[in-house]
Amino acid sequence: MNDTVLSVRNLSVAYGQTRAVRDISFELGRGQVLGIAGESGCGKSTLAYAINRLLQPPGRTTSGEVVFHPQDGDPIDVLALDGEALRRFRWRRVAMVFQSAMNALNPVLSVRRQLHDVFTTHEPSMSKREREERSRELLNLVGIDPGRIGSYPHELSGGMRQRVLIAMAMALNPDVVVLDEPTTALDVVVQRDILEEIDRLREMFGFAVVFITHDLSLLLEISDQLAIMYGGRIVEYGTSKDTLLQPRHPYTVGLLNSFPSLRGERQALHGIPGSPPDLSKEVTGCSFAPRCPYAFEGCHKYEPELDSIQDSFVACLQYDRRLHPARPDRRLLERRFEYAEHEVTS
Amino acid sequence: MAYLWRKLGFYAVALWAALTINFFIPRLIRGNPVDIILSRFQTRQPPPPEFRRTLEIMFGVSDDPLWIQYLAYLRHLATGDLGTSVLYYPAPVTTVIGQAMPWTLGLVSISLLITMGLGVGLGMVAGWRRGSWLDSLIPSTTFLAAIPYFWLALLLLFLLGGGLGWFPLNGAYDYAHVRMGFTGDFIGSVLYHGVLPALTLVISGVAGWLLGMRNMMVSTMAEDYVVMARAKGLRPRRVMIAYAARNAVLPSVTGFAITLGFFVGGQVATEVVFSYPGVGFALLQAVGSADYPLMQGLFLMISAAVLAANLLVDLLYGLIDPRVRKAG
Repeated sequence: MNDTVLSVRNLSVAYGQTRAVRDISFELGRGQVLGIAGESGCGKSTLAYAINRLLQPPGRTTSGEVVFHPQDGDPIDVLALDGEALRRFRWRRVAMVFQSAMNALNPVLSVRRQLHDVFTTHEPSMSKREREERSRELLNLVGIDPGRIGSYPHELSGGMRQRVLIAMAMALNPDVVVLDEPTTALDVVVQRDILEEIDRLREMFGFAVVFITHDLSLLLEISDQLAIMYGGRIVEYGTSKDTLLQPRHPYTVGLLNSFPSLRGERQALHGIPGSPPDLSKEVTGCSFAPRCPYAFEGCHKYEPELDSIQDSFVACLQYDRRLHPARPDRRLLERRFEYAEHEVTS
Repeated sequence: MAYLWRKLGFYAVALWAALTINFFIPRLIRGNPVDIILSRFQTRQPPPPEFRRTLEIMFGVSDDPLWIQYLAYLRHLATGDLGTSVLYYPAPVTTVIGQAMPWTLGLVSISLLITMGLGVGLGMVAGWRRGSWLDSLIPSTTFLAAIPYFWLALLLLFLLGGGLGWFPLNGAYDYAHVRMGFTGDFIGSVLYHGVLPALTLVISGVAGWLLGMRNMMVSTMAEDYVVMARAKGLRPRRVMIAYAARNAVLPSVTGFAITLGFFVGGQVATEVVFSYPGVGFALLQAVGSADYPLMQGLFLMISAAVLAANLLVDLLYGLIDPRVRKAG
C-alpha cells in the first residue's frame, strides 16, 4: 500500500531573481491525497506547474528532482523529459484541474472538441465513434447530461465547467491528478458537490491527488498528508490528523485559529497580521519571523530546517534545542496564536 | 437562424440610411450639374432654354418638392439608374463604375488577403516563438508602416519599374498589345501589371497585422486554456492553432472589416501613382471635374461595399466565435 507514485526532492523554482519555491520535498503515495495549503503567493501554484513542467520563461526549476514511479516499468525523471516523451507523459500520468474553471476551457471550441482532443492525441487508434462514446461516458461520470457535449463553455455554469474539467482529467485514467484550487471560484454548496465528486472518482479509479488550496479547513477533511507552505517553503508536513491534533509551526497554529470549528466551543477568531514575504528579496532567518509572535533573536538570523518531531516535520527554531534550549513557548503548545501584550501594535 | 435574420435586418436599415444621406448631400451643395456642363461648352452666348431644359431632364434637376425627388431617386436606384456622368458624357454612371470596380476589387481583395494572411500567419508564429529571430524582426516591419504610403509607392515604382525595369510603369494591362478577354495573354498581363501595386499595399499594410497578431498571441498564451492545452499533452501545432491563435485572431477579424471599408473606397493613392483604372482613380477624376452624378454613384457603391464587407465579417465572426451568436 505504501508505494510511492510521485516523489519530489529538494525542488526549487525561480522566476528570474524571485525564488518562488525553495527546497521542497514530498512523497505522494499511490492513491493518497496530499494537501498543500498556504496563502496567496506562497508558491503553491508554481509548485503544481513545476511538477507538470508547465513553467513558462522566466520561470524555471533551478534544482531538485521530480520522479514519477509507474506501476509497471522504471521510474521516470520528469524534469529530464523532453519533446514527444514529455507530451506523452502529460495527462496520461499526471492530469491537472485548473484554478479557474472560467478560463481553463477554450471559449471558441465546444466541450466535445476539447474532450475529443485528448483522445485524438493520446489514443490515435480510437475511432471517432469511440471517442464520442468515451467523452459522453466521462460527462455522465461527473454528473453532466451527455446531451450537453455540444455546448460551448459560455453556455455552462461555473460548477458545470469545473465538472467538465474534472471529466477531462479522468479521460486517460491518470495516476496523479493535481487539483489547483479547484473550488475557489465556486460557492460553498457547489464546492461541496465538487469535493464529493472528486472523492467518489478517486475511490473508483484509485488515482493519487495533489490538492492545492488556501482553504485549510477543507484540506483537513479530505487529505491524508498535509503540507503547509509559507514563503515558497514547506514549514510543516505530516498527516492531516497529526496536524489537526497537534499543529507545531506558529503559522499552522495561526491558520487553524483563523476559521471556526463546527463542533468545538465558541471562540474568538484571529487572523495573522502582516503580509507574506517578498520573495524577490533575499531574507536572512525565518521568513515567518516578522509576523511570528514566538520569534526570538535566532529566528532573524538562521533559517530553520525541516526537522522531524515524532511523525511530523516542522521548520521552526522554537523546536531547536541548540538555539532555543528551553521548551517551545507554552502558548504555542497550547495552540494559541497570541502576541505578548507589549508587542501588540494595532 | 435568428442570428442571421437579425444581422440582415440591421444591414437593411443601415443601407437605407446610407442611401438617404447619399440623396441629401448633393442637394445641400450649391450649384447644379447643368450649370457645370454648360460652362464646359464655353459658348459666348447664353445657351438656348430648350437645351438647358433637355440637360435638366437628363440630370434629374427639377424644382419638385424634395419628397417627390426622393421617391424618384429611390425608383431610379431600384432600376439601377444612377444618372449620367458629366465627365464621360454621355456614358451613364453605372457604366463608368462598372468599368472601374472590377479593377479595384481585384487588386484590393487579393492584396488585402495576402497582407492579412502574411501578417496573421507570421504574427502567430512570432508570438508563439517569443524571443526568436522572427520575433526580433518585428520592430523593423513597423518601420515599413511608418513610411508614407505614396512615397513608398513612388520609390518602388522608380526603383523596380523605372530603374530595374522589372515591372510596367502604369496601367492595369498592356493596352497597346493585349485585347481584353479571357485569354492567357490578357490574364498574364493583368497579373504582371498588378504585382507592383499589390506589393506596395502588402509592404505598407503587413506590419500592423503582424504586430497586432503577435501581441494578441503573447497575451492569449498566458490564458489558462492554453496552459491547460499544453498540460493535456496536445501537439504544439494543435495548441498553437486551435487554442492560442484561434482566440488571438478575433481582433484581427474585426480589423479586417474596418480595413475592407477603407479599401473598397478605392486606394486613391495607389491607383493614382500606378494610373490604375479603379474606383479611386475614377473618384479623383470625378472630384477634379465636379462630376456630381459620378461622385454620388461612387459614394453609393462604396457605402454598399462597406456594408457588404461588414456583413460578411459579422457572419464570419459568428462562425469563429460561438459567444457572438447569442449575444448578437
